[in-house]
Amino acid sequence: MASEMVTIYVMGKAYEVPRDLTIMKAMEYAGYRFIRGCGCRGAFCGACGTVYRTKDDYRLKVGLACQEMVQDEMYLAEIPFFPGNKATYNVDKLKPNSETVLKLYPEVFRCLSCNACTKACPQDIEVMEYVQAALRGDIEKAADLSFDCILCGLCAARCPAEIVQYNVALLCRRLYSAKIAPRAKHLDKRVKEVKRGKFDKELAKLMKMKKSQLAKLYSEREIQKAD
Amino acid sequence: MKIPYYPGCTLHERALDFDKASRECANVLGVELEELPIWTCCGAVFPLTTDSVMEILAAVRNLAYAARMGDKVVTLCSFCYNVLKRTNKVMREDEERREKVNLFLRADTETRDKTESFLKKDYVGQVDVLHYIEMLRDVVGFDEMAKRVKTRLEGLRVAPYYGCMLLRPHGEMKFDEHPEQPTIFEEFLTALGCDVVDFPMKTECCGGFQIVRDEETAIACSQTVVSSAVKRDADLIITTCPLCLYNLDRKQKEMEKRVNGFRKIPVIYFTQLLGIALGIDDEHLDFSDNYVDPRPALAEKNLV
Repeated sequence: MASEMVTIYVMGKAYEVPRDLTIMKAMEYAGYRFIRGCGCRGAFCGACGTVYRTKDDYRLKVGLACQEMVQDEMYLAEIPFFPGNKATYNVDKLKPNSETVLKLYPEVFRCLSCNACTKACPQDIEVMEYVQAALRGDIEKAADLSFDCILCGLCAARCPAEIVQYNVALLCRRLYSAKIAPRAKHLDKRVKEVKRGKFDKELAKLMKMKKSQLAKLYSEREIQKAD
Repeated sequence: MKIPYYPGCTLHERALDFDKASRECANVLGVELEELPIWTCCGAVFPLTTDSVMEILAAVRNLAYAARMGDKVVTLCSFCYNVLKRTNKVMREDEERREKVNLFLRADTETRDKTESFLKKDYVGQVDVLHYIEMLRDVVGFDEMAKRVKTRLEGLRVAPYYGCMLLRPHGEMKFDEHPEQPTIFEEFLTALGCDVVDFPMKTECCGGFQIVRDEETAIACSQTVVSSAVKRDADLIITTCPLCLYNLDRKQKEMEKRVNGFRKIPVIYFTQLLGIALGIDDEHLDFSDNYVDPRPALAEKNLV
Protein backbone atom coordinates (compact mmCIF):
# COMPACT_ATOMS: atom_id res chain seq x y z
CA MET A 1 0.00 0.00 0.00
CA ALA A 2 1.34 3.39 -0.91
CA SER A 3 2.19 5.80 1.91
CA GLU A 4 0.07 8.82 2.57
CA MET A 5 1.59 11.85 0.87
CA VAL A 6 2.32 15.22 2.41
CA THR A 7 3.44 18.54 0.95
CA ILE A 8 6.78 19.96 1.95
CA TYR A 9 8.47 23.13 0.71
CA VAL A 10 12.20 22.80 0.11
CA MET A 11 13.67 26.27 -0.14
CA GLY A 12 10.23 27.51 -1.12
CA LYS A 13 9.37 24.91 -3.76
CA ALA A 14 6.54 22.44 -3.08
CA TYR A 15 6.99 18.67 -3.33
CA GLU A 16 4.66 15.76 -2.64
CA VAL A 17 6.50 13.20 -0.54
CA PRO A 18 5.52 10.13 1.53
CA ARG A 19 4.76 10.99 5.17
CA ASP A 20 7.00 8.30 6.65
CA LEU A 21 10.32 9.72 5.43
CA THR A 22 12.95 11.78 7.15
CA ILE A 23 13.64 15.21 5.71
CA MET A 24 16.77 13.90 4.05
CA LYS A 25 15.07 10.92 2.44
CA ALA A 26 12.15 13.09 1.39
CA MET A 27 14.52 15.48 -0.35
CA GLU A 28 16.14 12.56 -2.13
CA TYR A 29 12.70 11.27 -3.05
CA ALA A 30 11.99 14.70 -4.51
CA GLY A 31 15.09 14.47 -6.67
CA TYR A 32 17.83 16.17 -4.64
CA ARG A 33 21.17 14.47 -4.68
CA PHE A 34 23.43 15.25 -1.76
CA ILE A 35 27.08 15.83 -2.38
CA ARG A 36 27.27 18.09 0.69
CA GLY A 37 24.90 18.40 3.64
CA CYS A 38 24.82 14.70 4.20
CA GLY A 39 27.25 12.55 6.11
CA CYS A 40 26.71 9.77 8.57
CA ARG A 41 22.89 9.64 8.41
CA GLY A 42 23.05 8.70 12.07
CA ALA A 43 22.83 12.06 13.88
CA PHE A 44 26.53 12.25 14.66
CA CYS A 45 28.31 14.20 11.96
CA GLY A 46 26.31 17.42 12.05
CA ALA A 47 26.35 17.92 8.29
CA CYS A 48 22.59 18.15 7.84
CA GLY A 49 21.44 20.90 10.24
CA THR A 50 18.06 22.08 9.04
CA VAL A 51 15.81 25.01 9.81
CA TYR A 52 12.08 24.61 9.32
CA ARG A 53 8.73 26.08 10.13
CA THR A 54 5.38 24.42 10.24
CA LYS A 55 2.07 25.93 9.20
CA ASP A 56 0.42 28.41 11.57
CA ASP A 57 3.46 28.58 13.83
CA TYR A 58 5.69 31.63 13.80
CA ARG A 59 8.61 29.81 15.44
CA LEU A 60 11.65 28.64 13.55
CA LYS A 61 12.46 25.08 14.51
CA VAL A 62 15.63 23.11 14.00
CA GLY A 63 16.53 19.51 13.44
CA LEU A 64 18.87 17.17 11.66
CA ALA A 65 17.59 16.24 8.22
CA CYS A 66 18.63 12.62 8.73
CA GLN A 67 16.54 12.31 11.91
CA GLU A 68 13.56 14.66 11.68
CA MET A 69 10.43 13.26 10.01
CA VAL A 70 8.60 15.37 7.45
CA GLN A 71 5.30 16.97 8.36
CA ASP A 72 2.59 18.31 6.13
CA GLU A 73 3.11 21.95 5.15
CA MET A 74 6.70 21.99 6.40
CA TYR A 75 8.90 24.79 5.07
CA LEU A 76 12.55 23.90 5.25
CA ALA A 77 16.08 24.73 4.25
CA GLU A 78 19.16 22.73 5.00
CA ILE A 79 22.20 24.65 6.21
CA PRO A 80 24.95 22.19 5.35
CA PHE A 81 27.85 24.50 6.09
CA PHE A 82 28.31 27.59 8.20
CA PRO A 83 31.24 29.89 7.37
CA GLY A 84 32.10 30.51 11.01
CA ASN A 85 35.33 32.02 12.28
CA LYS A 86 37.81 29.41 13.42
CA ALA A 87 40.99 30.15 15.31
CA THR A 88 44.14 28.15 14.75
CA TYR A 89 46.30 27.27 17.72
CA ASN A 90 48.58 24.69 19.24
CA VAL A 91 46.63 23.38 22.20
CA ASP A 92 49.79 22.20 23.97
CA LYS A 93 50.91 25.82 24.28
CA LEU A 94 47.65 27.13 25.73
CA LYS A 95 46.47 27.51 29.31
CA PRO A 96 42.95 26.40 30.20
CA ASN A 97 41.55 29.76 31.32
CA SER A 98 39.39 32.67 30.19
CA GLU A 99 42.38 34.58 28.85
CA THR A 100 42.93 31.90 26.23
CA VAL A 101 39.26 32.16 25.23
CA LEU A 102 39.56 35.96 25.12
CA LYS A 103 42.64 35.82 22.94
CA LEU A 104 41.33 33.31 20.41
CA TYR A 105 37.64 34.24 20.40
CA PRO A 106 37.27 37.81 21.78
CA GLU A 107 33.68 37.98 20.47
CA VAL A 108 32.65 35.57 23.26
CA PHE A 109 32.78 38.54 25.60
CA ARG A 110 29.97 40.23 23.68
CA CYS A 111 27.51 37.55 24.81
CA LEU A 112 24.34 39.20 26.11
CA SER A 113 22.82 35.95 27.37
CA CYS A 114 19.85 36.15 25.01
CA ASN A 115 19.82 32.34 24.70
CA ALA A 116 19.08 32.40 20.94
CA CYS A 117 21.86 29.83 20.50
CA THR A 118 20.28 27.40 22.95
CA LYS A 119 16.96 27.67 21.13
CA ALA A 120 18.68 26.80 17.86
CA CYS A 121 20.41 23.65 19.10
CA PRO A 122 19.07 20.40 17.62
CA GLN A 123 21.00 18.52 20.32
CA ASP A 124 19.24 20.32 23.21
CA ILE A 125 22.55 21.55 24.57
CA GLU A 126 22.58 24.49 26.99
CA VAL A 127 24.66 26.46 24.50
CA MET A 128 24.50 29.84 26.23
CA GLU A 129 25.46 28.23 29.53
CA TYR A 130 28.63 26.72 28.06
CA VAL A 131 29.55 29.98 26.31
CA GLN A 132 29.16 31.73 29.67
CA ALA A 133 31.21 29.04 31.41
CA ALA A 134 33.99 29.55 28.84
CA LEU A 135 33.78 33.29 29.36
CA ARG A 136 34.45 32.95 33.08
CA GLY A 137 37.21 30.39 32.56
CA ASP A 138 35.25 27.35 33.70
CA ILE A 139 36.74 25.23 30.90
CA GLU A 140 35.73 21.95 32.48
CA LYS A 141 32.06 22.95 32.66
CA ALA A 142 32.12 24.30 29.10
CA ALA A 143 33.61 21.02 27.89
CA ASP A 144 31.11 18.99 29.84
CA LEU A 145 28.01 20.96 28.78
CA SER A 146 29.03 20.97 25.12
CA PHE A 147 29.95 17.29 24.95
CA ASP A 148 27.06 16.36 22.63
CA CYS A 149 27.83 19.14 20.13
CA ILE A 150 27.98 17.93 16.52
CA LEU A 151 29.18 21.26 15.10
CA CYS A 152 26.17 21.77 12.84
CA GLY A 153 26.54 25.56 13.15
CA LEU A 154 22.90 26.49 13.76
CA CYS A 155 23.77 28.29 17.02
CA ALA A 156 26.23 30.57 15.25
CA ALA A 157 23.63 31.31 12.60
CA ARG A 158 21.35 32.80 15.26
CA CYS A 159 23.84 34.66 17.46
CA PRO A 160 23.40 38.47 17.58
CA ALA A 161 26.91 38.78 19.04
CA GLU A 162 28.37 36.79 16.13
CA ILE A 163 29.95 34.21 18.39
CA VAL A 164 30.88 30.89 16.81
CA GLN A 165 29.79 28.81 19.76
CA TYR A 166 30.71 25.38 18.43
CA ASN A 167 34.33 26.36 17.77
CA VAL A 168 34.58 27.87 21.25
CA ALA A 169 33.22 24.57 22.60
CA LEU A 170 35.75 22.62 20.57
CA LEU A 171 38.54 24.76 22.02
CA CYS A 172 37.25 24.10 25.54
CA ARG A 173 37.02 20.34 25.03
CA ARG A 174 40.54 20.30 23.61
CA LEU A 175 41.82 22.37 26.53
CA TYR A 176 40.03 20.08 28.93
CA SER A 177 41.47 16.88 27.56
CA ALA A 178 44.96 18.31 27.02
CA LYS A 179 45.33 20.28 30.24
CA ILE A 180 42.75 19.37 32.86
CA ALA A 181 41.70 15.71 32.53
CA PRO A 182 44.10 13.27 34.16
CA ARG A 183 46.30 11.37 31.72
CA ALA A 184 45.22 7.80 30.99
CA LYS A 185 48.24 5.84 32.24
CA HIS A 186 47.35 2.63 30.44
CA LEU A 187 47.25 4.54 27.15
CA ASP A 188 50.69 6.04 27.71
CA LYS A 189 51.98 2.56 28.52
CA ARG A 190 50.48 1.05 25.38
CA VAL A 191 51.80 3.86 23.15
CA LYS A 192 55.29 3.18 24.51
CA GLU A 193 54.88 -0.53 23.79
CA VAL A 194 53.79 0.20 20.22
CA LYS A 195 56.75 2.52 19.69
CA ARG A 196 59.16 -0.02 21.12
CA GLY A 197 57.93 -2.47 18.48
CA LYS A 198 56.12 -4.92 20.70
CA PHE A 199 53.48 -5.59 18.02
CA ASP A 200 55.63 -5.29 14.88
CA LYS A 201 56.08 -9.02 14.47
CA GLU A 202 52.39 -9.73 14.81
CA LEU A 203 51.51 -6.98 12.33
CA ALA A 204 54.02 -8.25 9.78
CA LYS A 205 52.44 -11.68 10.09
CA LEU A 206 48.97 -10.23 9.43
CA MET A 207 50.20 -8.31 6.40
CA LYS A 208 51.35 -11.50 4.73
CA MET A 209 48.09 -13.40 5.25
CA LYS A 210 45.62 -14.22 2.49
CA LYS A 211 42.21 -12.56 2.53
CA SER A 212 40.46 -15.84 3.42
CA GLN A 213 42.81 -16.42 6.35
CA LEU A 214 42.22 -12.87 7.56
CA ALA A 215 38.45 -13.29 7.29
CA LYS A 216 38.59 -16.46 9.34
CA LEU A 217 40.78 -14.81 11.95
CA TYR A 218 38.41 -11.86 12.11
CA SER A 219 35.27 -13.93 12.58
CA GLU A 220 36.92 -16.05 15.25
CA ARG A 221 38.52 -13.17 17.10
CA GLU A 222 38.20 -12.88 20.83
CA ILE A 223 35.94 -9.92 21.46
CA GLN A 224 36.15 -9.85 25.19
CA LYS A 225 38.57 -11.94 27.14
CA ALA A 226 36.89 -14.25 29.59
CA ASP A 227 38.22 -13.68 33.10
CA MET B 1 20.51 27.95 56.72
CA LYS B 2 21.02 27.94 52.95
CA ILE B 3 21.02 31.14 50.90
CA PRO B 4 21.34 31.24 47.10
CA TYR B 5 24.71 32.67 46.14
CA TYR B 6 25.72 34.38 42.91
CA PRO B 7 29.53 34.49 42.74
CA GLY B 8 29.93 36.32 39.43
CA CYS B 9 32.73 35.78 36.92
CA THR B 10 35.47 37.64 38.78
CA LEU B 11 35.06 35.69 42.00
CA HIS B 12 34.89 32.53 39.97
CA GLU B 13 38.25 32.93 38.27
CA ARG B 14 40.22 35.92 39.54
CA ALA B 15 39.26 36.80 43.07
CA LEU B 16 39.28 33.20 44.31
CA ASP B 17 40.75 34.41 47.59
CA PHE B 18 37.62 36.53 48.15
CA ASP B 19 35.23 33.70 47.29
CA LYS B 20 37.06 31.21 49.47
CA ALA B 21 37.20 33.38 52.59
CA SER B 22 33.58 34.49 52.17
CA ARG B 23 32.17 30.99 51.86
CA GLU B 24 34.16 29.77 54.85
CA CYS B 25 33.13 32.72 57.04
CA ALA B 26 29.50 32.08 56.12
CA ASN B 27 29.93 28.42 57.14
CA VAL B 28 31.31 29.43 60.52
CA LEU B 29 28.34 31.76 60.96
CA GLY B 30 25.87 28.98 60.12
CA VAL B 31 25.01 30.06 56.58
CA GLU B 32 25.62 27.86 53.58
CA LEU B 33 26.09 29.92 50.44
CA GLU B 34 24.45 27.77 47.82
CA GLU B 35 25.87 28.64 44.41
CA LEU B 36 23.26 28.80 41.65
CA PRO B 37 23.67 25.56 39.64
CA ILE B 38 23.67 27.53 36.41
CA TRP B 39 24.40 31.22 36.07
CA THR B 40 25.77 33.69 33.55
CA CYS B 41 27.67 36.95 33.62
CA CYS B 42 25.46 39.68 35.15
CA GLY B 43 26.30 42.08 32.33
CA ALA B 44 28.86 43.96 34.45
CA VAL B 45 27.40 47.40 33.71
CA PHE B 46 23.79 48.38 34.31
CA PRO B 47 22.38 49.78 31.05
CA LEU B 48 20.95 53.28 31.15
CA THR B 49 18.77 52.86 28.08
CA THR B 50 15.16 52.46 29.10
CA ASP B 51 13.70 51.42 25.76
CA SER B 52 15.65 48.19 25.42
CA VAL B 53 15.57 45.06 27.53
CA MET B 54 18.29 43.04 25.84
CA GLU B 55 20.98 44.32 28.18
CA ILE B 56 19.17 43.32 31.37
CA LEU B 57 18.18 39.84 30.21
CA ALA B 58 21.24 38.21 31.71
CA ALA B 59 20.68 39.76 35.11
CA VAL B 60 16.97 38.87 35.08
CA ARG B 61 17.73 35.29 34.16
CA ASN B 62 20.15 34.99 37.08
CA LEU B 63 17.57 36.48 39.43
CA ALA B 64 14.98 34.06 38.09
CA TYR B 65 17.34 31.13 38.66
CA ALA B 66 17.80 32.33 42.24
CA ALA B 67 14.02 32.60 42.66
CA ARG B 68 13.78 28.85 42.08
CA MET B 69 15.92 28.32 45.18
CA GLY B 70 14.78 30.93 47.69
CA ASP B 71 13.65 34.46 48.36
CA LYS B 72 17.10 36.02 48.48
CA VAL B 73 20.30 36.05 46.51
CA VAL B 74 23.62 37.03 48.03
CA THR B 75 26.52 38.44 46.08
CA LEU B 76 29.89 40.00 46.90
CA CYS B 77 31.29 41.83 43.89
CA SER B 78 30.18 45.47 43.90
CA PHE B 79 29.53 45.43 40.16
CA CYS B 80 27.35 42.31 40.29
CA TYR B 81 25.48 43.75 43.27
CA ASN B 82 24.88 47.02 41.47
CA VAL B 83 23.61 45.37 38.28
CA LEU B 84 21.44 42.76 40.03
CA LYS B 85 19.91 45.23 42.44
CA ARG B 86 19.06 47.85 39.82
CA THR B 87 17.70 45.21 37.46
CA ASN B 88 15.55 43.89 40.28
CA LYS B 89 14.12 47.34 40.78
CA VAL B 90 13.23 47.52 37.08
CA MET B 91 11.48 44.16 37.33
CA ARG B 92 9.53 45.26 40.38
CA GLU B 93 8.53 48.73 39.25
CA ASP B 94 8.63 49.07 35.47
CA GLU B 95 5.53 47.28 34.25
CA GLU B 96 6.32 47.64 30.56
CA ARG B 97 9.85 46.30 30.70
CA ARG B 98 8.81 43.53 33.11
CA GLU B 99 6.19 42.36 30.64
CA LYS B 100 8.56 42.53 27.70
CA VAL B 101 11.32 40.59 29.46
CA ASN B 102 8.93 37.90 30.60
CA LEU B 103 7.42 37.55 27.13
CA PHE B 104 10.91 36.99 25.83
CA LEU B 105 11.87 34.52 28.55
CA ARG B 106 8.67 32.56 28.03
CA ALA B 107 9.28 32.26 24.30
CA ASP B 108 12.83 31.34 25.12
CA THR B 109 12.18 28.03 26.78
CA GLU B 110 8.50 27.20 26.18
CA THR B 111 9.44 24.41 23.81
CA ARG B 112 12.26 23.12 25.99
CA ASP B 113 10.68 22.50 29.37
CA LYS B 114 13.12 19.70 30.22
CA THR B 115 16.21 21.91 30.10
CA GLU B 116 17.79 23.45 33.15
CA SER B 117 17.27 26.97 31.92
CA PHE B 118 13.49 26.45 31.68
CA LEU B 119 11.67 28.92 33.90
CA LYS B 120 8.27 27.89 35.14
CA LYS B 121 7.37 31.28 36.55
CA ASP B 122 7.61 34.85 35.35
CA TYR B 123 10.19 36.93 37.16
CA VAL B 124 8.55 39.88 38.88
CA GLY B 125 11.17 40.68 41.50
CA GLN B 126 10.54 37.78 43.87
CA VAL B 127 14.04 37.76 45.36
CA ASP B 128 15.76 40.34 47.50
CA VAL B 129 19.26 41.12 46.28
CA LEU B 130 21.53 41.21 49.32
CA HIS B 131 25.13 42.17 49.54
CA TYR B 132 27.09 39.84 51.82
CA ILE B 133 27.56 42.67 54.33
CA GLU B 134 23.77 43.14 54.41
CA MET B 135 23.43 39.41 54.99
CA LEU B 136 25.80 39.73 57.95
CA ARG B 137 23.79 42.59 59.39
CA ASP B 138 20.23 41.50 58.57
CA VAL B 139 20.32 37.71 58.44
CA VAL B 140 23.14 36.74 60.79
CA GLY B 141 23.17 39.96 62.84
CA PHE B 142 26.32 41.88 63.82
CA ASP B 143 25.73 40.97 67.49
CA GLU B 144 25.55 37.28 66.66
CA MET B 145 28.62 37.62 64.45
CA ALA B 146 30.49 39.32 67.30
CA LYS B 147 29.69 36.36 69.57
CA ARG B 148 31.45 33.98 67.16
CA VAL B 149 34.60 36.09 67.05
CA LYS B 150 37.56 34.13 68.40
CA THR B 151 40.17 36.86 68.19
CA ARG B 152 38.96 40.40 68.68
CA LEU B 153 40.92 42.70 66.42
CA GLU B 154 41.78 45.13 69.24
CA GLY B 155 44.11 47.91 68.27
CA LEU B 156 43.96 47.21 64.55
CA ARG B 157 43.26 50.43 62.69
CA VAL B 158 41.09 49.64 59.68
CA ALA B 159 39.86 52.05 57.00
CA PRO B 160 36.64 50.86 55.32
CA TYR B 161 36.59 51.73 51.63
CA TYR B 162 33.14 51.68 49.99
CA GLY B 163 33.86 52.84 46.45
CA CYS B 164 31.07 53.74 44.04
CA MET B 165 29.10 50.72 42.96
CA LEU B 166 27.65 49.80 46.35
CA LEU B 167 26.29 53.28 46.89
CA ARG B 168 25.38 54.87 43.60
CA PRO B 169 22.89 55.89 42.49
CA HIS B 170 21.53 56.18 46.01
CA GLY B 171 17.92 56.39 44.86
CA GLU B 172 18.15 52.94 43.34
CA MET B 173 20.75 51.25 45.53
CA LYS B 174 19.52 52.44 48.95
CA PHE B 175 22.49 50.55 50.34
CA ASP B 176 22.87 52.66 53.42
CA GLU B 177 20.95 55.59 54.87
CA HIS B 178 23.31 58.29 53.70
CA PRO B 179 24.93 58.13 50.24
CA GLU B 180 28.04 60.07 51.30
CA GLN B 181 28.32 58.91 54.90
CA PRO B 182 27.45 55.21 54.96
CA THR B 183 28.19 53.40 58.21
CA ILE B 184 27.54 49.69 57.64
CA PHE B 185 31.22 48.76 57.35
CA GLU B 186 32.00 50.87 60.42
CA GLU B 187 29.40 48.88 62.39
CA PHE B 188 30.89 45.67 61.04
CA LEU B 189 34.42 46.69 62.06
CA THR B 190 33.27 47.80 65.50
CA ALA B 191 31.66 44.39 66.04
CA LEU B 192 35.02 42.77 65.28
CA GLY B 193 36.76 45.01 67.83
CA CYS B 194 38.75 47.09 65.33
CA ASP B 195 39.59 50.76 65.62
CA VAL B 196 37.59 52.26 62.79
CA VAL B 197 39.50 54.82 60.75
CA ASP B 198 37.24 57.38 59.14
CA PHE B 199 38.78 58.95 56.06
CA PRO B 200 37.38 61.49 53.62
CA MET B 201 37.96 59.41 50.48
CA LYS B 202 36.00 56.34 51.56
CA THR B 203 33.25 56.86 48.99
CA GLU B 204 35.40 58.27 46.19
CA CYS B 205 36.06 56.38 42.96
CA CYS B 206 39.14 54.12 42.71
CA GLY B 207 39.44 54.77 38.99
CA GLY B 208 37.41 51.73 38.06
CA PHE B 209 37.64 50.43 34.51
CA GLN B 210 39.59 53.52 33.47
CA ILE B 211 42.64 51.50 34.49
CA VAL B 212 42.32 49.77 31.13
CA ARG B 213 42.32 52.83 28.90
CA ASP B 214 43.65 55.71 30.97
CA GLU B 215 46.00 54.33 33.56
CA GLU B 216 47.28 57.71 34.72
CA THR B 217 43.85 58.99 35.67
CA ALA B 218 42.90 55.75 37.37
CA ILE B 219 46.12 55.63 39.38
CA ALA B 220 45.67 59.28 40.38
CA CYS B 221 42.21 58.35 41.73
CA SER B 222 43.36 55.28 43.61
CA GLN B 223 46.42 57.04 44.99
CA THR B 224 44.20 59.75 46.49
CA VAL B 225 42.19 57.05 48.24
CA VAL B 226 45.21 55.11 49.48
CA SER B 227 47.09 58.18 50.72
CA SER B 228 44.01 59.49 52.48
CA ALA B 229 43.80 56.28 54.54
CA VAL B 230 47.54 56.36 55.21
CA LYS B 231 47.33 59.96 56.40
CA ARG B 232 44.74 58.85 58.98
CA ASP B 233 47.23 56.28 60.19
CA ALA B 234 45.31 53.19 59.13
CA ASP B 235 47.00 49.76 59.33
CA LEU B 236 44.98 48.43 56.43
CA ILE B 237 42.09 49.13 54.08
CA ILE B 238 39.17 46.78 53.50
CA THR B 239 37.06 46.61 50.36
CA THR B 240 34.38 44.43 48.79
CA CYS B 241 35.15 45.01 45.14
CA PRO B 242 37.75 43.02 43.17
CA LEU B 243 38.34 45.95 40.83
CA CYS B 244 38.84 48.38 43.72
CA LEU B 245 41.29 45.94 45.25
CA TYR B 246 43.17 45.70 41.99
CA ASN B 247 43.45 49.48 41.65
CA LEU B 248 44.17 50.18 45.31
CA ASP B 249 46.56 47.32 46.00
CA ARG B 250 48.24 46.19 42.79
CA LYS B 251 48.74 49.72 41.52
CA GLN B 252 50.70 50.75 44.61
CA LYS B 253 53.64 49.43 42.63
CA GLU B 254 53.09 52.31 40.20
CA MET B 255 52.32 54.83 42.95
CA GLU B 256 55.70 54.09 44.54
CA LYS B 257 57.37 55.16 41.30
CA ARG B 258 55.27 58.29 40.90
CA VAL B 259 55.01 59.74 44.39
CA ASN B 260 57.94 60.78 46.55
CA GLY B 261 57.83 59.28 50.01
CA PHE B 262 54.82 57.11 49.15
CA ARG B 263 53.83 54.83 52.02
CA LYS B 264 52.34 51.48 51.16
CA ILE B 265 49.31 50.06 52.94
CA PRO B 266 47.76 46.61 52.60
CA VAL B 267 44.27 46.30 51.09
CA ILE B 268 42.25 43.15 51.78
CA TYR B 269 38.68 41.94 51.34
CA PHE B 270 36.39 42.52 54.31
CA THR B 271 35.63 38.79 54.57
CA GLN B 272 39.35 38.03 54.87
CA LEU B 273 39.46 40.32 57.89
CA LEU B 274 36.31 38.64 59.21
CA GLY B 275 38.02 35.28 58.63
CA ILE B 276 40.96 36.31 60.81
CA ALA B 277 38.58 37.35 63.59
CA LEU B 278 36.59 34.12 63.28
CA GLY B 279 39.76 32.06 63.25
CA ILE B 280 39.23 30.30 59.93
CA ASP B 281 42.20 28.24 58.81
CA ASP B 282 45.00 29.41 56.51
CA GLU B 283 43.67 27.29 53.68
CA HIS B 284 40.85 29.81 53.31
CA LEU B 285 42.98 32.90 53.84
CA ASP B 286 45.04 33.42 50.75
CA PHE B 287 47.07 36.64 50.44
CA SER B 288 49.37 35.41 47.68
CA ASP B 289 47.72 37.71 45.13
CA ASN B 290 48.17 40.87 47.19
CA TYR B 291 50.94 43.22 46.10
CA VAL B 292 51.23 44.65 49.60
CA ASP B 293 51.38 41.69 51.97
CA PRO B 294 48.99 42.31 54.89
CA ARG B 295 50.66 39.74 57.16
CA PRO B 296 53.36 42.00 58.65
CA ALA B 297 50.70 44.56 59.67
CA LEU B 298 48.58 41.77 61.16
CA ALA B 299 51.57 40.14 62.85
CA GLU B 300 52.38 43.41 64.56
CA LYS B 301 49.05 43.10 66.39
CA ASN B 302 49.60 39.36 66.95
CA LEU B 303 46.74 38.48 64.60
CA VAL B 304 48.54 35.99 62.36
